[in-house]
Amino acid sequence: MSSPLHHETLAALSAKLENRTLTSVELMQTFIERTRAVDGRVGAFNSFDADDALEQARASDARRAAGQARGPLDGIPIGLKDVIAVEGQPLTASSKILANFVSPYDGTVARKLKEAGAICWGRLNLDEFAMGSSTENSGTHVTRNPWDLERVPGGSSGGSAAALAAGAAAAALGSDTGGSIRQPAALCNLVGLKPTYGLVSRYGLIAYASSLDQIGPFGRTVEDAAMVLQAIAGHDPLDSTSFRTEIPDYRAELGRRKGPWKIGIPKEYFGEGLDPEVSAAVQAAVGHYRGLGCEIAEVSLPHTKYAVGSYYIIATAECSSNLARFDGIRYGHRSAKASDIVDLYFQSRAEGFGPEVKRRIILGTYVLSSGYYDAYYLRAQKVRTLIRGDFLKAYEKVDAILTPTSPTPAFKIGEKAADPLAMYLSDIYTIGVNLAGLPGMSVPCGFTKAGLPIGLQLIGKPFEEAELLAIAQAYETAHPWYQRFPKLD
Amino acid sequence: MKYEAVIGLEVHVQIKTKSKMFARVGTGFGQPENTLTDPVVLALPGVLPVMNKEALDKIIKAGLLLGCDIAPVCKWDRKNYFYPDLPKNYQISQYDQPLCLGGGVEIELPGASRNLMGEHKRIPLTRIHLEEDVGKLNHFARESLIDYNRAGTPLMEIVSDPALASAEEAFAYLTSLKQTMIYGGISDCDMEKGQMRCDANVSIRPVGSPKLGTKVELKNLNSISFVRDGITHEIARQIAVVEAGGTIIQETRDYDGQTGASQSLRTKEEAHDYRYFPDPDLMPVKVDEAWKARLRAECPELPFDKQRRFFEEYQVPYTITSVLVPDRELSDYFEVAARLVPGKAQAVGNWITNDLLRELGAAKQTLAQSKVRPEHIAALVKLIDEGTVLNHAAKEVFVDMAASGDMPEAIIARKGLKAETNLSELEQWCREAIAANAKALADFKAGKDSAINGFKGPVMKASKGKANPRVVDETLRRLLAAM
Repeated sequence: MSSPLHHETLAALSAKLENRTLTSVELMQTFIERTRAVDGRVGAFNSFDADDALEQARASDARRAAGQARGPLDGIPIGLKDVIAVEGQPLTASSKILANFVSPYDGTVARKLKEAGAICWGRLNLDEFAMGSSTENSGTHVTRNPWDLERVPGGSSGGSAAALAAGAAAAALGSDTGGSIRQPAALCNLVGLKPTYGLVSRYGLIAYASSLDQIGPFGRTVEDAAMVLQAIAGHDPLDSTSFRTEIPDYRAELGRRKGPWKIGIPKEYFGEGLDPEVSAAVQAAVGHYRGLGCEIAEVSLPHTKYAVGSYYIIATAECSSNLARFDGIRYGHRSAKASDIVDLYFQSRAEGFGPEVKRRIILGTYVLSSGYYDAYYLRAQKVRTLIRGDFLKAYEKVDAILTPTSPTPAFKIGEKAADPLAMYLSDIYTIGVNLAGLPGMSVPCGFTKAGLPIGLQLIGKPFEEAELLAIAQAYETAHPWYQRFPKLD
Repeated sequence: MKYEAVIGLEVHVQIKTKSKMFARVGTGFGQPENTLTDPVVLALPGVLPVMNKEALDKIIKAGLLLGCDIAPVCKWDRKNYFYPDLPKNYQISQYDQPLCLGGGVEIELPGASRNLMGEHKRIPLTRIHLEEDVGKLNHFARESLIDYNRAGTPLMEIVSDPALASAEEAFAYLTSLKQTMIYGGISDCDMEKGQMRCDANVSIRPVGSPKLGTKVELKNLNSISFVRDGITHEIARQIAVVEAGGTIIQETRDYDGQTGASQSLRTKEEAHDYRYFPDPDLMPVKVDEAWKARLRAECPELPFDKQRRFFEEYQVPYTITSVLVPDRELSDYFEVAARLVPGKAQAVGNWITNDLLRELGAAKQTLAQSKVRPEHIAALVKLIDEGTVLNHAAKEVFVDMAASGDMPEAIIARKGLKAETNLSELEQWCREAIAANAKALADFKAGKDSAINGFKGPVMKASKGKANPRVVDETLRRLLAAM
């Protein structure tokens, strides 16, 4: 197969670098040119530094020439969502309030990528502070879906998904608080993995909702995602919520784990609001697993209907506190109009934050207020425990749970922008996974008649990413939808 | 009408740790502005807190020293409010589950005189919790600058019950608390460096009334004396308001120790809603029995317990223990010396509290810097007791020890300060003295015991002051009895 370099899998590019049929500089040059060619239409990037990227590529080639290559990611350009701190690079969260902020430090995943030799390539657009499902809430610009430029790429990690789908990076990192990796992966024909809460360090990730946020990879294939996950997973002494657990060799495990698996289908995830084409594609995938000899069992997650409500209480409560630090005092946007200290806070934040961020801060402030805490926050936490309990009960019977990732394929830009509630429902199938702290991934499972990608979601047991990836690959091998590319040229 | 005061104190004590509560950067006072900072302290985007275990050890130790119940789990909450000295605009603190509950502080009220022990009381504590300190604002004519060096320093909040009845009790409470913290190695409690800060809740009520009056919070009381003065001032102010027919409003007042005046900072209506909730960045930490047992084993004896023991074990009077005990190092020093010369603890105590402290003061030395070690003091006391050196000569020996660090035997030899112990010569001088003073001999024989002193002067003179008075006394009595 002779696809252009920018469409090749990370695994294939890694092999070419290793057998010296490709240099990192050539690869980097390819992505820089590709980015320049397509990003004017796609808008995946907030910024990129071509000179710095090429310098990193040259360093990688030098290491390889000296026999000191650091592993399969050495010399591979990986795009980062603009909420992940990389020393010396802008860190804006796509917000005006951080428009001129440059990170003076490396977050843990950036450090780990660098240690693996990967090139931290570009700052990728998102819904401001990762609050949204379409990347329309970005404070900089709207990112478009490479499969249909009139449509959204999903969100909040829309820039990461769009950059990879458009061939502007070999893989990308996003963050997922309620579906922000999986939903854009589904809408852009990519594999997207949200790891178990605690598997990947959050140090250096601008917090939206601390108890739900996880950084995870986007890859063209399951194997690509596994390779990136390998580099970023593991306990970090700088993150008290990171978990001490043995990290397996995810890529090697892919070949070892063959199933057959018991797969659970939650009836609550196939109800009202699910697009028929999405439903049909996901049911076809279920059929495939059955064909592989997997046992398919209906499971019940009875508290699913409370997930969206609980999520918006917990996430907004945490964000109201997490975003308090953006005050114009030590860094970030400071209003020129302010007359005193209180006014400085009001004006700087009024000018710096966009409407969705303000909406969530106000909601979160309200639910934490004296007298409302028990009725909202405390109750939502109890529901959260019940939701996790639903999943753990299901896992007594099954190895993984299969659902649609998103109720619909990519929607039109502006279609839901005026209706926050409709937008919130885009994450109806993904939010429960964050509340339960489980690993979840989206895998391409076909296209609509109109040519829009569809994703299926696989949800695994805590810290069983290796199993989850193997289950996903069992489908992908037979259905290599990743070999299709958007027509941007 | 007569009024009584009801006072509760909230004391903030910085815990002495190498690094900050949730960051890896060091702590300290007096460093150039904003040098004790890192991305975590400055709350840069993306950073996370990681708990300092040393701070947790020390607050548990403080709790054990003060007899608190230690919570089985250390849980963290966020206290949300905006102020420029608070980098995250929330403070990591403990809200509904403080690490230490109950307990108390033993205090001593002033005695009838400086040399007399005063009344002891136990002031019950409500709670102690752990949090992080804030930065410091420096105000100038047109702007304010922020120094974040202090931000993130581990800070204990020690809350007493409203159980103090006077400014003197508050003074005694803070003095005792400070000593306990220093004893436990928990904090240096230097109020000038902000290591210990105190807010006081003060109310008054008619004597005997069971109902509490409206409380006023006094802030910025930055020395133990200012706490006493501020409370005295506030009690008088409240009584004056009530007697003039007014009512006390719940408010926070700022007391200025320099001018002795207070002014209102804010009233209750302006109180914050801190929107406390559990900090999702920090996992609760289990405090198990083994952990507590390990810390309990490290807990020192409390000052007042030590004072009582010194009295019982060494028969050392209050005048000495009240000087020794406030200083743990000095007490330990005393005890080492006292054990080397059993039965002579009071003499040891006198040498330490008079001569040693005087020499330290003159040389501007700390105890650790002094060349005089407990072995020196014990040896000197022993030599005096044996009659080898006389008291006034021993004073000279002591000054020499402090300068040279030599053992007293060596100094006595070097300086020829050895007391006269040639008994036949001494006996001869005694016989001569008795023979020379017939009147004193007659008086003594007639039963006037003090007449013996009439012989001592000539003996001492004959010995050029080197005779041991005790030996002189014994010799004279032996000779007189035989006459």
